[in-house]
Amino acid sequence: MTALTVTDLCKHYGALKVTDHVSLDIAPGEIHAIIGPNGAGKTTLIAQLSGQLGSDSGRVALDGKDITHLSMPERVRLGLARSFQITSVLPGFTALENVALAVQARQGSSFRFFGTVAAERALNAAAMEALHEAGLDHRAQIPARSLSHGEHRRLELAIALATKPRVLLLDEPLAGVGGEDAETFVENLRRLKGRLTMVLIEHDMDAVFALADRVSVLVYGRIIATGAPDAIRSDPEVRAAYLGEEEQEIA
Amino acid sequence: MTDMTDATRVTAAATRPALSGRVKAALTLFVLFALMPPLASALNDPFYVLIGTRILAYAIAALALDLILGFGAMVSFGHAAYLGLGTYAVAILSGFGINDLLVQILAATAMSAVFAAVTGAISLRTRGVYFIMITLAFGQMAFFFFISLSAYGGDDGVALASRSTLLGMEVLKTDFGLYYTTLVMLIGLFFLCHRITKSRFGRVLTGIRENPTRMEAIGFAPFRYQLTAFVISGCITAMAGVVLANQAQFVSPAFMSWHKSGELIVMVVLGGPGTLAGPIAGAVAALLLEEWLGALSEHWKLFFGLFLVLMVLFSPNGITGLLKKLGFGEKQK
Ligand SMILES: Nc1ncnc2c1ncn2[C@@H]1O[C@H](COP(=O)(O)OP(=O)(O)OP(=O)(O)O)[C@@H](O)[C@H]1O
Ligand SMILES: [Mg+2]
Repeated sequence: MTALTVTDLCKHYGALKVTDHVSLDIAPGEIHAIIGPNGAGKTTLIAQLSGQLGSDSGRVALDGKDITHLSMPERVRLGLARSFQITSVLPGFTALENVALAVQARQGSSFRFFGTVAAERALNAAAMEALHEAGLDHRAQIPARSLSHGEHRRLELAIALATKPRVLLLDEPLAGVGGEDAETFVENLRRLKGRLTMVLIEHDMDAVFALADRVSVLVYGRIIATGAPDAIRSDPEVRAAYLGEEEQEIA
Repeated sequence: MTDMTDATRVTAAATRPALSGRVKAALTLFVLFALMPPLASALNDPFYVLIGTRILAYAIAALALDLILGFGAMVSFGHAAYLGLGTYAVAILSGFGINDLLVQILAATAMSAVFAAVTGAISLRTRGVYFIMITLAFGQMAFFFFISLSAYGGDDGVALASRSTLLGMEVLKTDFGLYYTTLVMLIGLFFLCHRITKSRFGRVLTGIRENPTRMEAIGFAPFRYQLTAFVISGCITAMAGVVLANQAQFVSPAFMSWHKSGELIVMVVLGGPGTLAGPIAGAVAALLLEEWLGALSEHWKLFFGLFLVLMVLFSPNGITGLLKKLGFGEKQK
């Protein structure tokens, strides 16, 4: 059985077809990268898969269960989490509180009005673990608004991990992260490999080829090729449509 | 934790004070409230005790509104409806010979819970300015409903023969009794709201205020939490109404006019939304200014407006922000 099945998914804005009959089969434990030029519709696809955005037609199934008409919170509770390309956290909360809230969402009722949530050890421990996996545990007590850009990207990852997803949709986790920082980040992601299924949108080709089991290429809302990283690298159509400009980097 | 910088450690400590600035500020206010009546009678001004009761009642309402306005970013412009429901619960029950405060509070909160659940469920389909307008519309609907209620005097309202009893005792008969009963209610409700904001539920509510999309992306559907907070807030506001009916010994639709809803918002904004203690101080400041400016000039609303503009210009976070600027209290989330 596939972890995530996308069948003939469509979405258009006026005359613009942003998602054009996209079909994908993501295997359990796979890291499936989706690459494509700016404006190809990658973020829109993630929004549709996560339930943030409705689809015009097509199906999405998680572990064989049809989730096409479920809301974003419902999908999260079934084990489908996402991160945001543009950091979207709770700015007034500390990093720890941001993550603890994601743990709380799946652990026990949130209709508890009396106990002090900051003192709940189980929540804080699970949150610290997710922060550690994202490499941000040393900044747990810092308000999210005071974190640097790179730390925001890690917080995005930690929050998504804290929901204990089976399938994780990452929208350019490395956006704006460079150099050494990017390398350790890729290392953080590699350690998750096999434990959960990942759909990874990324412009950083080093990261893509270091992590992905398979790569799909999205251009103008259409998947023009899917295959192993090496096959994609040498696919002439892909080179023409997308990789051409970066040929030198990956050669 | 060896690589924790000094800055990290300082911030970590500051977020967990033994007694938060919010509680300290509230306790200070409560002590001042408790000292006021003996002081007033020593100065031969017992009249102030009745004014004080009115202030405490509005402080309860401002506290309740802060729970949704400050912590949930829900600007309800129809909260006077709950004040009104509280006052009419007293009038209607006393018509049936039921005068016990606890029964009145129970009835007032039950009525308000239903009204808040229905109107809140509809209002929460909208956001921002639309939410403000639709809560205002529901408030006006309640206002006109009670105006048309001729059995209770319609527009003119109805006088109450006596004050409520508490478990058969006539505790509220004296102005002192009523004042201190209201103060006990205010203190109890402050700590209730304080606990709620520190709870799991409170964290979710504040999270929705900060970023609803993020909350959905971790599995929370905002609506049910916002609606629950809206209902709690309405119920607490109704308790303030029960007190006001006793304080004025008179009930009329004037308690639920949109001016009152606006005044409640002013109290919260003046005091500093999202601080609980702030709006209590905001209620005191707004009502005292109203008394004094009202005595000084019939154009007091103009001066009050001017004062508000100055407040917004110089201290966007209300009295709480002003105190912080002057070096009192610590930074809070
Ligand atoms: N709400 C919207 N209304 C109209 N057009 C939109 C909307 N959202 C996105 N688009 C358009 O859809 C296309 C795809 O956008 P999307 O953000 O999905 O691209 P992307 O592949 O994530 O790009 P990037 O690499 O820059 O992140 C773009 O042309 C964009 O302008
Ligand atoms: Mg994008």
